[in-house]
Amino acid sequence: MTDDATTGAAPVLVEAKGVHKRYGSNLVVRGIDMTVRTGEVMCLLGPSGSGKSTFLRCINHLEKIDAGTISVGGELVGYRRQGDRLHELRDAEIATRRSEIGMVFQQFNLFPHMTVLENLVEAPVQVRRESVKSARERARALLDVVGLADKADAYPRSLSGGQQQRVAIARALTMRPKLMLFDEPTSALDPELVGEVLDVMRGLAADGMTMIVVTHEIGFAREVADTVTFMDGGVVVESGPPEQVLRAPQHERTRSFLAKVL
Amino acid sequence: MTSRSGTDVDGGGTTMTEDRGIDGDAVRVVPVRRYGQWLATIVVLVVAGLVVTSLITNPRYQWSLVFSYLFNAQIVEGLGTTLWLTVVAMVVGVVIGIVMALARESRNLVVAAAASVYIAFFRGTPLLVQLIFWFNLAALYPVISLGVPFGPTLFSESTNVLITPFLAAVLGLGLNEGAYMSEIVRAGLQSVDSGQTDASHALGMRKSQTFRRIVLPQAMRVIIPPTGNETISMLKTTSLVSVIAIPELLWQAQAIYSRTYQVIPLLITVSLWYLVVTTVLSMGQYYLERHFTRGDSRRPERSLLGTIVHGLVPRHAAVRRPATTDVQDEGTRS
Repeated sequence: MTDDATTGAAPVLVEAKGVHKRYGSNLVVRGIDMTVRTGEVMCLLGPSGSGKSTFLRCINHLEKIDAGTISVGGELVGYRRQGDRLHELRDAEIATRRSEIGMVFQQFNLFPHMTVLENLVEAPVQVRRESVKSARERARALLDVVGLADKADAYPRSLSGGQQQRVAIARALTMRPKLMLFDEPTSALDPELVGEVLDVMRGLAADGMTMIVVTHEIGFAREVADTVTFMDGGVVVESGPPEQVLRAPQHERTRSFLAKVL
Repeated sequence: MTSRSGTDVDGGGTTMTEDRGIDGDAVRVVPVRRYGQWLATIVVLVVAGLVVTSLITNPRYQWSLVFSYLFNAQIVEGLGTTLWLTVVAMVVGVVIGIVMALARESRNLVVAAAASVYIAFFRGTPLLVQLIFWFNLAALYPVISLGVPFGPTLFSESTNVLITPFLAAVLGLGLNEGAYMSEIVRAGLQSVDSGQTDASHALGMRKSQTFRRIVLPQAMRVIIPPTGNETISMLKTTSLVSVIAIPELLWQAQAIYSRTYQVIPLLITVSLWYLVVTTVLSMGQYYLERHFTRGDSRRPERSLLGTIVHGLVPRHAAVRRPATTDVQDEGTRS
């Protein structure tokens, strides 16, 4: 949970090697290596179009990668290795591995035709075949954690952006993920609502959740992150503890980016 | 009208007068006179008066006959056939529509192209022609056989035995409807944000679960209104199958008036039945729409009566069907 724990012996949870991703002829991610240890909070910074969101979506196989490997907990996410070949897994197997990785989106993506409680109960019941009763109990407990116990029967549309995003975080947690991915979780929010979402994320980090966060919140990165990784043009420019990358960046591109956002 | 609005403004006009410094006189607001609207109202009222008068006074309407045929055994039987045919054709159409919509989005180009050809063919030829074609299928294939392609035959039967007139009608109506429904379903599926699929997949839900639990329920909001219109349209379109001697509502009426020569009263009887059923269907559509717009702030602005009128009014002709753009329009409007 503390810095020493992560820099010390904590086991590697996410390992990316030489990840490439292209859309048509456009190479968006061009060779990313990355290691995230259990309990570590990594913030991914970088200008828009630097490939950070795409890379994040590759981690739970929402995007197929064109070269390289990504493993989570020692298992390749979308593939099975046989000798020197990777075979893409079947839909059901991919789904099982994805269910252990939570994801929070910029646009919340709550299911609008379900109440808040139904949003949280859906995956545990459909994917894990849990009983509705136990899923509901845990859902209510999680809503309590994010401070929305009284909104259980509301429909997402009646909630503010900040409330919706907190529900989305609770929904991801219902699957008891070992890793949480955040794709610009506060970018679609009104400024006064950003704080409540960051507070929930701070709480998660304090509880020891492994998190990879694509964000533009430099303050959050400085305060919460164990590692800050700066990406540009589909590659990692530099990576290290926040005090190093944010205070004394080694690369010109990092420096000019920070000068613009700070 | 002028004197009323005059007094109205007088009351509140005092302050205005003082501000403008116009002594004593109230300032009157005169709205634009819409003479065209007055004219239109008069024309409509006159025409309506003429129609009603003639309905009552023209003895050739034979209203007593109209009502006496309403529950005639033959007519009621025809109504039953019409309803049954509507249900079966719509079920066939919706199932084909969903399959074709998915096929068109398929990554398999052969499958996608086949779906496009199907849709182009059945939308591009008149339904009446298709119906007569199925009815005369025996002229093209006298015998229908089932077996291994290019191999032995397992089953064989004369086409005229296999394709009964009713089956020909269901094939004609259903296959034609499927082409239109596939466009409606596709517009519905496309209306669901891709973020919904992402979120569902990220939670570990499989593709089939995502489709069934997340995408389809949201697509229904867009699919239901035009499907309701299609059903109402189908009810009326079934009258076309009278040409291949299916004893549905219109055919039964024709059978009666070919004996009795009471053409007009029987056509009115039939029209009354079509009106009753389309009204009931419109009410059903209202409740279905309400059900599928849960959690939506756009939830029914339209009243029950409004939905009924909407369901009855916008159909241009019996065989007219909405084009793709129409479908998307209707989706966003409702």
